Amino acid sequence: MSFSVTEPSHGQKWFAGILVVGYALITLLPLLWIVATGFKSGPDSIAYPPKIAFEPTVEGYVNLFTTQTRLSNEAKAEPVDDLPWYEQLVRERGNTIVGTSRYSERFFNSIIIGFGSTFFAIVLGTAAAYAFSRFKVPLKDDLLFFILSTRMMPPIAVAIPIFLMFRNLGLSDTHAGMILLYTAVNLSLSVWLINGFIDEIPIEYEEAALIDGYTRFQAFYKVVLPQAATGIASTAIFCLIFAWNEYAFAVLLTSGTAQTAPPFIPTIIGVGGQDWPAVAAGATIFLVPVMVFTILLRKHLLRGITFGAVRK
Amino acid sequence: MDNVADKVASATPPSIAHRVKGLSDRAIAWIFVAPTIFILLAINIFPLIWTVYLSFTNYAVNRPNREVKFIGLRNYERILGDADTWATMQATAHFLIWTIVLQVLIGFTLAYLINKKFKGNDLWTTIIVFPMMLSPAVVGNFWTFLYQPQIGLFNYVISFVTGADPSSFSMIGDIALAPWAIVIVDTWMWTPFVMLICLAGLRSIPDSIYEAAECDRASKWRQFWTITIPMVLPFLMLAVLFRGIENFKMFDLVVQLTGGGPGNLTTLTSIDLKREAFEKWRTGFASAYAVILFVTVFGLASIYVKALNRVKQR
Amino acid sequence: MKSKFLNLVAATGLLASASMFGGVSAAQSADLTLCWAAWDPANALVELSKEFEAQSGHSMSFEFVPWPNFADRMLNELNSGGKLCDLLIGDSQWIGGAAENGQYVKLNDFFDKEGISMDDFLAATVTGYAEWPKNTPNYYALPAYADVVGWTYRKDWFERPEIQAEFKEKYGRDLGVPATLEELQQIGEFFQGREIDGKTVYGAAIYTERGSEGITMGVTNALYNYGFLYEDPENPYELEGFVNSDAAIAGLEFYKKLYETSTPPGASDAYMSANIDAYKSGQVAMQMNFAFIWPGVEADPNTGGGKSGYFANPAGPAGQFAQLGGQGISVVANSDNKDAALEYIKWFAQQEVQQKWWDVGGAPAMKAVLEAPGFNDSQPFAKTFLDSMAIVKDFWAEPAYASLLLPMQERVHNYVVAGQGSAKDALDGLVKDWDEVFEDEGKK
Repeated sequence: MSFSVTEPSHGQKWFAGILVVGYALITLLPLLWIVATGFKSGPDSIAYPPKIAFEPTVEGYVNLFTTQTRLSNEAKAEPVDDLPWYEQLVRERGNTIVGTSRYSERFFNSIIIGFGSTFFAIVLGTAAAYAFSRFKVPLKDDLLFFILSTRMMPPIAVAIPIFLMFRNLGLSDTHAGMILLYTAVNLSLSVWLINGFIDEIPIEYEEAALIDGYTRFQAFYKVVLPQAATGIASTAIFCLIFAWNEYAFAVLLTSGTAQTAPPFIPTIIGVGGQDWPAVAAGATIFLVPVMVFTILLRKHLLRGITFGAVRK
Repeated sequence: MDNVADKVASATPPSIAHRVKGLSDRAIAWIFVAPTIFILLAINIFPLIWTVYLSFTNYAVNRPNREVKFIGLRNYERILGDADTWATMQATAHFLIWTIVLQVLIGFTLAYLINKKFKGNDLWTTIIVFPMMLSPAVVGNFWTFLYQPQIGLFNYVISFVTGADPSSFSMIGDIALAPWAIVIVDTWMWTPFVMLICLAGLRSIPDSIYEAAECDRASKWRQFWTITIPMVLPFLMLAVLFRGIENFKMFDLVVQLTGGGPGNLTTLTSIDLKREAFEKWRTGFASAYAVILFVTVFGLASIYVKALNRVKQR
Repeated sequence: MKSKFLNLVAATGLLASASMFGGVSAAQSADLTLCWAAWDPANALVELSKEFEAQSGHSMSFEFVPWPNFADRMLNELNSGGKLCDLLIGDSQWIGGAAENGQYVKLNDFFDKEGISMDDFLAATVTGYAEWPKNTPNYYALPAYADVVGWTYRKDWFERPEIQAEFKEKYGRDLGVPATLEELQQIGEFFQGREIDGKTVYGAAIYTERGSEGITMGVTNALYNYGFLYEDPENPYELEGFVNSDAAIAGLEFYKKLYETSTPPGASDAYMSANIDAYKSGQVAMQMNFAFIWPGVEADPNTGGGKSGYFANPAGPAGQFAQLGGQGISVVANSDNKDAALEYIKWFAQQEVQQKWWDVGGAPAMKAVLEAPGFNDSQPFAKTFLDSMAIVKDFWAEPAYASLLLPMQERVHNYVVAGQGSAKDALDGLVKDWDEVFEDEGKK
């Protein structure tokens, strides 16, 4: 190992490592608390003072996926032997399951709207980014800035006219409406990011293809697309995460049919009082995919969150 | 970067350009760009123009039977003349300034430490990044639970560290603490963002500059102030720009955390706007409010971008 | 195969013609969606409605939204012209707006046709949940769920001899259900910070929520009883001297005193579910809440089985009133299933169904059920419920109710919780805000 003046000393590394790991652990605490609360019983979750050691139970998860009501006194007297385990669990709290909850529906809405809008944002964004990167588009810089600036507007402000527009077009509370809206919001990100990725592909590859007799279009999807595939894939994950987490538009423009999970999770409520284990269970199921994506994305993270302004 | 197409044209000999089959480049360019522009016009620009139009009327969504009248600048006068508007602006400014200060300080420090390249720094960087990727509404909602004095974790952690009675203070209820409660959660979520950008800045500094400084016998302290800081500054300013715009728009996290209380202390402009537009349904009035916000964001952002460019050119 | 196909065509044709004429025959089954708040009574209604499904052949879906988001979501739904809800059990204050904007179906003709009489329901609920304009026979809802703010207390704590002795020594009277708000505050203060079973407990959980309607639904219980009036009784929309009278100021000051001396730390943003949590986890001796929670209090092992008692909102210097809650059930004008929705209301208005509604944990407003012999003993809280329903008062039900509610939330929270300015400042400010709304409305 060669000596370098810029290489930190062993002691410095240790010091830095301890501080960073310490910060990371503190930062993880709230997330761990969410996961842990998901496995607590109702009384344990609101224990006063809070409980660190507790007996784990999946009650929260059962409550998350079911709606329940209080058992009547006659029903309590009935034998409970042949009931499934989840019904027995619920009966221990004096309740009975009357149906499934809306959580899985909301979760699937999040998936449909998330993937749908990501698909369109990527297809349209890739096309536009290619054109911006390779052709002479009039007023290109202005257009690119215009595309970016659409992201600066507060969503609540944009929501006023969108609300009116959707109402007139019958798009309120529809999957199509939400996909269209998130596509529009994500387009700015996808155009900027993919534009950067395509810029990095040497133009000579395409020229060679053109000389070989490819049409422009063939050159685009046989040469450029495969080269930009990783970049496009990571852009897609960013678009998906945005649509997955979005709250302001979702809470204002959806209600029964197309509501996604973020506006729904805080409103999960049990029999008598807020059911924190169920809220935590819902949050855990919802947050884990994003954590997995974050790990997959770690190489492109910076580029994604800065719209390609910082490329590393 | 802007004249790539020109370069293609000049680099491609005329005979080859001639042999390219299919649609002309110009046609392809339009086919590729048009859908994006169309969607953005339909979902962004058209609504914006509509908002401007509505802002001069007394229109209310929940009054379909009322006659819509032009009332000129009345909505604007009322908003700008209302002390409450300025109170929300103040709350927003407090939130904006302190989140940025804290995130820059902590984020830069973390990046500086991570740049010491200790073993496993990649793993820990990824862990630190988690909060930023999660849904603010879902996480914000859970923080109300963490902040609950009797049953939440936060007060017990603080009491463990400082010895204060956990029930003796309430982050969301005390007027002195509530503005900080939202700053803390936002800082927890978004410090990693600033950290990542600073890290990119630090890694962009070539070792040779430090080596040269070392030859000149410049102290480490001096190197930090004359090399590290100036080289990272453009990155840092970019981070501040992004955080500034995002936090000006802030809605989901804070609305879930405090609902704007106590009193009006954490009622940020977006929350106030939401109440006017979607609770009181004063559509015209809220549109004027929205226009004022647009102008403020664009105005502040463009002044800032000018400054940023000047720093970059140095 | 062929015949199946033909059947299908015929069926489709029938469907098409039925929907073309807009008439949905009673025999045809519809999928009805009923919207309400997500709370215990709603779960009970799901159970109750199974009977309707079996009888009518219609199927029922439910959309329940928790209280803090209920008004936002449902008014958004109505204003965006959505078709989500066929039936809506909407909050009492919405009726003005929904009636004036044609969002609810007017039910007078239907009531006449089906022989449903509003005289069969408690007068206060008919005025509160069904009428617009108020005190005129124009009905847009059937009283569905009677609710009112009342108090729950830890009877088991109140009855402990050592606590009783100490209270008597301190206040010179027996510890029991408070007769006045003043006494209630003393009891709260007495329990505040007290050690019971090794835990520090507090006086009372009261409404302090900022984001939706919480603190308003709480503070009015003090304001009414100290002499606050919404307007000049002789002169509609005349507020000065009624909203901010000296008596009203004293009422607001009382609520702040109660907040400061009797509530658990951090109870600065509490509404129904936070108060339930505080009470059930053994933090407080008393709890202000809507009556809907009472069956839940009885069912909970920590607080039920005689451990809890109930009392109506105590009197103040100007009388005894309590904040009305509760809702009527309405048919949404935008619905495609109006006939089936009306069928549901017809079914719901039957006396047997109303009786069963009480038995499963609902709160009917039908006199025949509430005045039946034995009602008072049917549940430990039954009498308190009736007493409370007799003293109700409600917030504005104007079409602009949200514009009236939001400044009240802001002004009251600012004074009571944030401690800014005086009670007079808060109510003077409220008069100014409300005047502005009524001017915009053209009512002044």
